[in-house]
Amino acid sequence: MGETMKEENSAGNISRREMLAGTAIAVTTLALTKVTGVEAASPPQAVVPVVSAEVSFTVNGKIQKLEIDTRTTLLDSLREHLHLTGTKKGCDHGQCGACTVLVNGKRINSCLSLALQHENDSITTIEGLGTPEKLHPMQSAFIKHDGYQCGYCTPGQICSAVAVLEEIKAGIPSHASGDLNAEMLFTNAEFRERMSGNICRCGAYSNIAEAAAEVAGA
Amino acid sequence: MKFDKPAGQNPIDQLKVVGKPTDRIEGPLKTTGTAKYAYEYNEQVTNPAYGYILGAAIARGTITRIDQTAAKAAPGVLAIVTAANAGPLQTGKFYVSRFLAGPQVDHYHQAVAIVVAETFEQARSAAALLKVEYKKQAGDYDLEASKGSAQPPNPGPYTPPGETLIGDFEGAFKAAEVKIDQTYSTPDQAHAMMEPHATIAKWDGDKLTCWCTIQQLNWGIRDLGVILGIPKENVRLISAYIGGGFGGKGTVLSDLVAASLAARAAGRPVKLTLQRPLMFNNTIHRPKTIQRIRIGAKQDGTITAIGHESWSGNLPGGMTESTIASTRLLYAGANRLTRLRLAVLHLVEGSAMRAPGEASGMMALEIAMDEMAEKLQMDPVDFRIKNDTQEDPEKPGRKFSTRKLVECLREGADKFGWERRNAKPGIIREGDWLIGMGVAAAMRGAPITKSAARVRLDSSGKITVETDMTDIGTGSYTIIAQTAAEMMGVGIDQVQVKLGDSSFPESSGSGGQWGAASSTSGVYAACMKLREAVAGKLGFDVEKAQFSDGRITVGDRSAALADAAKNGELVAEDTMTYGELSKEYAQDTFGAHFVEVGVNAFTYEIRVRRMLAVCHAGRILNPKAARSQVIGAMTMGVGAALMEEMVVDKKVGFFVNHDLAGYEVPVHADIPHQEVILLEDIDPTMSPMKAKGIGELGIVGVAAAVANAVYNATGIRVRDYPVTLDKLLRAV
Amino acid sequence: MKSFTYQRVTTPAEAAAAIADKPGAKFLAGGTNLLDLMKLQIETPAHLIDIGRIGLDKIEPTANGGLRIGALVSNTDLAADPKIRKDYGVLSRALLAGASGQLRNKATTAGNLLQRTRCPYFYDTNQPCNKRVPGSGCAAIAGFSKQLAVIGSSDACIATHPSDMAVGMMALDAVVETINPAGKTRQIPISQLYRLPGKTPHLETNLEKNELITSVVLPAPVGGTHIYHKVRDRASYAFALVSVAAILFKDGSGKIAIGGVAPRPWRVPGAEKLIPSGAKAFAAKLMEGARPTQDNKYKLALVERTIELVLKEGKS
Repeated sequence: MGETMKEENSAGNISRREMLAGTAIAVTTLALTKVTGVEAASPPQAVVPVVSAEVSFTVNGKIQKLEIDTRTTLLDSLREHLHLTGTKKGCDHGQCGACTVLVNGKRINSCLSLALQHENDSITTIEGLGTPEKLHPMQSAFIKHDGYQCGYCTPGQICSAVAVLEEIKAGIPSHASGDLNAEMLFTNAEFRERMSGNICRCGAYSNIAEAAAEVAGA
Repeated sequence: MKFDKPAGQNPIDQLKVVGKPTDRIEGPLKTTGTAKYAYEYNEQVTNPAYGYILGAAIARGTITRIDQTAAKAAPGVLAIVTAANAGPLQTGKFYVSRFLAGPQVDHYHQAVAIVVAETFEQARSAAALLKVEYKKQAGDYDLEASKGSAQPPNPGPYTPPGETLIGDFEGAFKAAEVKIDQTYSTPDQAHAMMEPHATIAKWDGDKLTCWCTIQQLNWGIRDLGVILGIPKENVRLISAYIGGGFGGKGTVLSDLVAASLAARAAGRPVKLTLQRPLMFNNTIHRPKTIQRIRIGAKQDGTITAIGHESWSGNLPGGMTESTIASTRLLYAGANRLTRLRLAVLHLVEGSAMRAPGEASGMMALEIAMDEMAEKLQMDPVDFRIKNDTQEDPEKPGRKFSTRKLVECLREGADKFGWERRNAKPGIIREGDWLIGMGVAAAMRGAPITKSAARVRLDSSGKITVETDMTDIGTGSYTIIAQTAAEMMGVGIDQVQVKLGDSSFPESSGSGGQWGAASSTSGVYAACMKLREAVAGKLGFDVEKAQFSDGRITVGDRSAALADAAKNGELVAEDTMTYGELSKEYAQDTFGAHFVEVGVNAFTYEIRVRRMLAVCHAGRILNPKAARSQVIGAMTMGVGAALMEEMVVDKKVGFFVNHDLAGYEVPVHADIPHQEVILLEDIDPTMSPMKAKGIGELGIVGVAAAVANAVYNATGIRVRDYPVTLDKLLRAV
Repeated sequence: MKSFTYQRVTTPAEAAAAIADKPGAKFLAGGTNLLDLMKLQIETPAHLIDIGRIGLDKIEPTANGGLRIGALVSNTDLAADPKIRKDYGVLSRALLAGASGQLRNKATTAGNLLQRTRCPYFYDTNQPCNKRVPGSGCAAIAGFSKQLAVIGSSDACIATHPSDMAVGMMALDAVVETINPAGKTRQIPISQLYRLPGKTPHLETNLEKNELITSVVLPAPVGGTHIYHKVRDRASYAFALVSVAAILFKDGSGKIAIGGVAPRPWRVPGAEKLIPSGAKAFAAKLMEGARPTQDNKYKLALVERTIELVLKEGKS
């Protein structure tokens, strides 16, 4: 995997390219791969276009250039194209938080964002926070407090928890804040409200809150 | 190794590693996103195609036509699999579901077709181009309406008798001084594990390898073999990390079948994951129950009659939700009745979910006990203690191997501040919030089953364990490492654990809370063999040998373990099997749950304020992971109490709220800091590990404790779960 | 998700012009609702015009002492804005009661206003839904409707509008500003933004085809006590069963809008003279003409009780 990854599947004939507002849009007709097996699809009668486009962003400090189907979400571009599988697909509809990544320092659901929306953005995934050899303090705290069980929501929880501490520092209020105009502090209630977009079905919430409290020094 | 008499002193009892709170050994992988789940084997499968399932749009009927023209012509499409070209498919040995509809449709969102394309985006959009025509058939979707036609269940390995009768229940109930007769219901629930069912399937000739996410790999190879009509020897399943299961990934479900068929059709490895909105009506779920409970007692609180009748529904041939399991063993009472009835419903299959039977059964029984205590004007803790039994109430003389229910209740009441509870409901108020406390007992069987492992000692003194056991978040990796470290006398950092590969020795798998006790016992057996091999190689008497600090020692002679492997790795493998001790003793786990809730006096929103569980569940192998299992189960219990329900549209015949926005499970904000007390318990009748499971015990009773707390706060008794604010408002 | 072409534009005018050129085009702002619906093919645009970088991300004072909120200000930034927190607390509170931190970071002001219903039948393309496929029928009315509308609904549709933010804006008498492809701008009071379903539930707003929301204007601060109370079974990350956005004044008067009960934030200015008479009288007038289902008639009691709680909070 190099710094630039081309969509493997765009090996077909590029019939037309048009430039639109700085974004390269390629309308590509895919040559169907010959297949073996039972009733594989016969070559299409009519040509249906697949639209691909180029996008470039930074992931964990590394510039990535992709030519991808316009429909590709940021999540799938990370998992399926860059093979950064630490970011998880739990629901693909913004209902669970497993896909949480940091974009320009802010946490978002990468499943509800097209990769193309992130031209020149700086993205941090769980792999960018720390490695098994060099853990981020939040990662260490999750291990120490057993803030996870199956591990599937964990990258999202950790990315979110890291962002929550920053949001509190930045004075962003939450639903749990008693006074909107007061200084924001890390409390158990604040943390739990702010983390509620990250579902953990194993139910490690109580331990996650303790892990984050330790990192926050609360 | 066969375990057929209670364990004596053995190397595990040293408790140098076992029994210590231990961080998960795979923690650095899980917290950095480097643990690989089923869909993530990009290095092993470099050129996958993508599969996407189209689910049935009707609940019941037949497919009359599938127009594939547009889908086939769509970009990137490689193959389309339907019943017409899939070849014959059988049903597996555990689930009764057929994983591909056609011509009949058995339930909503049953797979109708699998579209394979070069990319995920292409497969998904091509699936939407399939035009499927159906002929609808009327179906039964309403348990209440079908209750009358329900039949006693067919006998099966996981099904208790349809009827048990001890003494004269009807007579004793009629004659009882104090009694209640109430009906409760529990809704259809979803496992809603965070990782959707997913598979990468790859054929090499007639050999099939699947990276998948199932809890029982031995069942998996059996079932996939049966379904596809290939020898199970030709199937290899790999589930090294599983993103939650809770019974919802027991064995083969549609993703494995669909990916296998799709890979065969496309002549390419295929990645396929169930899209979340499909999962609820496509896989399995905990089925709805209706339960009638009758309890009769003397004025002093002695139960004289206890009856529990229960109705659930399923697809033809499906399992019964065995709600009465705990009622048969939990409380004393000379006259007893249990009855199970199963109706045919044309909803997706009902099957095991965390503590199947006990969880739903105790949701009802433990409200009934609360109601009865109130009627007797007894404290609900005291009422339960009064009716404790130390022997199987159906088989006098058959003792519980260990049972400290009373201690759980007493310890919990003490630590929770139960004495502050006002027995009169609706009295305690803090500002706008009505405050209440609730209690429930917990009980869950402690099954144990045969399990094998292989252990290797290499020339550096490192131990490697291989078993097809899975870790679904339960902590298997760590307790297996602890077990091997203890047995071989090495540090846990000297142990590598390889799980989740069906080519490894066959383990118990993860289910029925048997995994921890069973799989570590298999590792124990294999380690005993490895100890013999080491001793034999180095000329020690294994009976006298001490294994510690990476050395084997007899008297003043000692050698490094590594020396035994200097001319080549030592490998030992064994299976732990079991005799009749589980018949001789009732082997169960016990607990007590205490909950405090606040209920908004205006809006009737319910918020859990405090939770405590006290558990008695055999030797706790890793108190850290065990505690996590319990708090997780408590969390799921809060969901069951307050929000979880797959709503049946009885006209259309499907679960309406089939995504994670519609099917609400608890979020961070719902769960306060949770306390868990693990009571000391060593059960030598279980295995040399003297351990039991705890992950399912933790959920049993929680929902009732919450419901009882809501009653104590408000004076409103809700008997139909979940206890939501609209039900409280209706009662105001 | 159907295939689409994609275009990034840099100014509002360019955006408005671009959409006129492209049949089947849609604006893409945060995408948190649109992409969700595109994955299910409930929305099937042929072309997306990404307006994420056209500016419109500022909150600026207006000449008459109010605030102009750019259409692309994120929900987080809007909720956290010091002026919003200080003078328009009900809006900040409403925003913070909605969705999750991640979604609020991405979701925009205009996108939030235009998000579509969360009715489960709207979300399942196998089911009839007059909003999704006009004339196909409504499965929700005889189906599962616990979450759905009790007022303002019709025989064709009982969907609710899911926004919390819009409920706050309704209480604040916000005004929506737009531009059309011809470059013409106009102002629409938020009370006029949404249509009731009637026989045409697929027509949700009074925006013209291709009209782009550029900003939302809040009038000068009116003072008072600002309360947003959202009621739900799950403590967070759930849509409102009922929500109450209230601005209450010392003299007992107030402005109150309700969420979770209707196809749009529900406010009946004519009923507000009854606020001083208490929750019962006010709620009765406010909810006059309600037509709940068996599943959701609890909402009528809940509206009254939540208003009662809010009025009590306003006094304390």
